[in-house]
Amino acid sequence: MPASSSGTEMAAPGTAKPKVARSPGTAFMIGLPYLWLALLILIPCLIVLRISLSQTVIAQPPYVPVFDFAGGFAAIKAFLGALSFENYGSLFADTLYISSYLKSLEIAALSTLALLVLGYPVAYAMSRAPGRWQAILVMLVILPFWTSFLIRVYAWITILQHDGLLNRVLMALGVIDAPYVWLATDTAVYIGIVYSYLPFMVLPLYASLQKLDDTLLEAAADLGCRRWQAFWKITVPLSLPGVLAGTLLCFIPITGEFVIPDLLGGSQTVMIGQTLWTEFFGNKDWPVASAIAIVLLCLLVVPIALFEKMRVREIEGR
Amino acid sequence: MATDADFASSFSQPVLPGVKPLVRFDAVTKRYGGVTAVDQLSLDIYPSEFFALLGPSGCGKTTLLRLLAGFGTPDEGRILLDGEDISAVPPYRRPVNMMFQSYALFPHLSVTGNIAFGLKQESMSRKDARQRVEELLALVKLEDCARRRPHQLSGGQRQRVALARALAKRPKVLLLDEPLAALDKKLREETQFELTRLQRQLGTAFVIVTHDQEEAMTVADRIAVMDHGRLIQVATPSEIYEQPASRWVADFIGDVNLIEGTVESINDGSTVVIGKDGQRFRFGTSADIWPGMNVWVALRPEKLSITTTPQDAKENCVSGTVSDIAYRGNTLVYRVRVASGTDMKVSVTNRQRLVDIPIQIGDGVSLTWTPDAGVVLGH
Repeated sequence: MPASSSGTEMAAPGTAKPKVARSPGTAFMIGLPYLWLALLILIPCLIVLRISLSQTVIAQPPYVPVFDFAGGFAAIKAFLGALSFENYGSLFADTLYISSYLKSLEIAALSTLALLVLGYPVAYAMSRAPGRWQAILVMLVILPFWTSFLIRVYAWITILQHDGLLNRVLMALGVIDAPYVWLATDTAVYIGIVYSYLPFMVLPLYASLQKLDDTLLEAAADLGCRRWQAFWKITVPLSLPGVLAGTLLCFIPITGEFVIPDLLGGSQTVMIGQTLWTEFFGNKDWPVASAIAIVLLCLLVVPIALFEKMRVREIEGR
Repeated sequence: MATDADFASSFSQPVLPGVKPLVRFDAVTKRYGGVTAVDQLSLDIYPSEFFALLGPSGCGKTTLLRLLAGFGTPDEGRILLDGEDISAVPPYRRPVNMMFQSYALFPHLSVTGNIAFGLKQESMSRKDARQRVEELLALVKLEDCARRRPHQLSGGQRQRVALARALAKRPKVLLLDEPLAALDKKLREETQFELTRLQRQLGTAFVIVTHDQEEAMTVADRIAVMDHGRLIQVATPSEIYEQPASRWVADFIGDVNLIEGTVESINDGSTVVIGKDGQRFRFGTSADIWPGMNVWVALRPEKLSITTTPQDAKENCVSGTVSDIAYRGNTLVYRVRVASGTDMKVSVTNRQRLVDIPIQIGDGVSLTWTPDAGVVLGH
């Protein structure tokens, strides 16, 4: 948005960044996190990319070509010539991979929706609670983190199994006559995912709802809004950054989820994380496993980029 | 306290005979926990009036305004708007609108979106709403900013958006909660005049809450001075300044010299008060005082004359020594230590561009005034 005239009292923020001469010390301090990011994220990604372009062999390491440092220019040329996109082709040739990807996206999308539907009222209630209660409620939300994630998923096995807690409670209440098969179904996967990821949905939602200024709701009431109208016209739009943050915080890791479907799901629920695990540890096919990882990364870059764009817009909105 | 209640009820007289009040607070009480924020308060506000609720923080003025807006219901008493009891009407159905101290602009909507919010809510047609928004933008001179978001505006511009939004639905009463508190002094003074201009132009009743007595005096037709949830005085700005109802009001509004004394006699429209140190003061009569009563004399600093030439007046004259001089540009304020050991303030308009200040610290001076310069206050 251009500032319309010189007479306006304030220009849109973020239009001009003051240039600051940086001392070498400052440059080092700024450079350090970048170095960190490069070492721990960029370089590993490049290694995975490079393996995904190789071919599997029974050897150590289990792929060719291997870069020969002593070979000089000819070796580099030979190395580059031996790389190929063959593995990516095979991913699209086999329905196993495509269906795993689709299943992962389906589970991630549906469970994120369920998380949003469940998490929003929880976060809203927390944000409306009296001040002294809010800290306790936040504590309760993050309390499960004090127990290992793996143990909590194992606990769900005992709850969902044939003679588990859930079946016994439902039978005692007379809801069902015979034990219902929960474990090794998609339902169990959804239950496990929604349970495990709820804090990741509730906390960003709570953060954005909690900073909502109550005077805005009063202003809406003053201008003719009933409470539910003010909720839809003020509260919901202003909590959208939280909705987006929570959605991506859940959707992205759920897509790559391995432990929950592996422990709670059946053989018919194969998410991409499991396929990747099988290729890597079962088939010892590092190049195909790497190609799966790279494709997954590309699938997730879209929502991450979206998130980033939204976040920048929010910061500018302050 | 019966006397206070009688005192307060005298404010309910209409300013103009025959004009019906637009808003009537009828013995309204509001408590928060154990605190009585508004205490048995009765007050009438008339159509087309610019009315100010003035008082120190915590005096209940904002509570009173919020009760009128519908944020909370009175624990006792009624609030009438155009003769109708609105005590239980929710805010979204009251024909009053409020401009909030924080402005409470919706950050996700543009200036236009903010102003049109209430219009959309009452399902005005799109065309009419657009026209109304344009009128309002012109009214507050924000035509160039229509598409901006609140965070892209300056403080003064935000204030005007808030004002336009509150006026959009043509409320019967516009409520302003410390509307200028967030502006700097210069802008605040300009905006005060802007508000009065706007109020005259629209003819809508404005009720403003402020703790700034100068602001109240500048904008309002009538001022209600509040303290501890009660009305202390309701009058025009000049009455409040010249005829304060009590020592508290005299002290709260502007600068004042207060001298303790005893009424000696009241006759022929003049009251003689003997000060603590034996000086004689003569003033006009005031209500509710009688001979022998312990009273306070309130004298505004600008109504006193200061001179270095000795005075032989037997009345309305005190002498002392200048202990301090404050140069304020437009005025000079002398602090004079008088015989009783108290300080009196005298302000003198700075007419000439003085090179020398004729009266210096340490000079012996006499302060004199005319009988109509001050008031005698019984409480």
